[in-house]
Amino acid sequence: MAEQPQGCARTTGAVMGEKPSAPAAAESETKKEMTMTARVGQKAPDFEAPAYYKGGFKSVKLSDYLGKWVMVCFYPGDFTFV
Amino acid sequence: MWNDHELTKMVEGGVPFHMASDQAGNLGRAYGVWDESQGIELRGRFIIDPDGVIQAMEVMTPPVGRKLSETIRQIQAFQHVRASKGSEAMPAGWEPGGLTLKPGPDLVGNVWKVWKPSMEK
Repeated sequence: MAEQPQGCARTTGAVMGEKPSAPAAAESETKKEMTMTARVGQKAPDFEAPAYYKGGFKSVKLSDYLGKWVMVCFYPGDFTFV
Repeated sequence: MWNDHELTKMVEGGVPFHMASDQAGNLGRAYGVWDESQGIELRGRFIIDPDGVIQAMEVMTPPVGRKLSETIRQIQAFQHVRASKGSEAMPAGWEPGGLTLKPGPDLVGNVWKVWKPSMEK
């Protein structure tokens, strides 16, 4: 993967792919109920995000890892313990 | 910077996996681990199988850290389930090499005959 130039913008990721289908009746409900929520037994929301990897910044995409077991960890901030 | 200043002191050569950035919380919201009031991620951990399906998740508030060996145990258990094509289940406290259960009508009400809490390490 080619190294990506990093500007001054916030480095952040984006969710990809279609959202899980919501029942038609729920579509007029609050926005909160329409956001994607991860659940066991369901497809993990795909994403692509800039990532630090071995000395450089590369893009990492979850769906590139289909066929492998993946652990995704979120943590509050750098310099905290994990 | 974190990698240079601290992580390379814990792991030779630095962290061997990708450390992705989610400053806007887009990923965290999709995974239900974004704390809107503080603008930070909670300590979420997800095990995703080769089909892209979430098999396990654990979410903790920031002050308590995770236990990697427990994550690895869970991955091994799910790999075992997958290898058995779902015919075997791992009882509480299962470790690799331990007793597995074959769920079915014969096992209903009879788990006590084959598994006891004392078997958990």
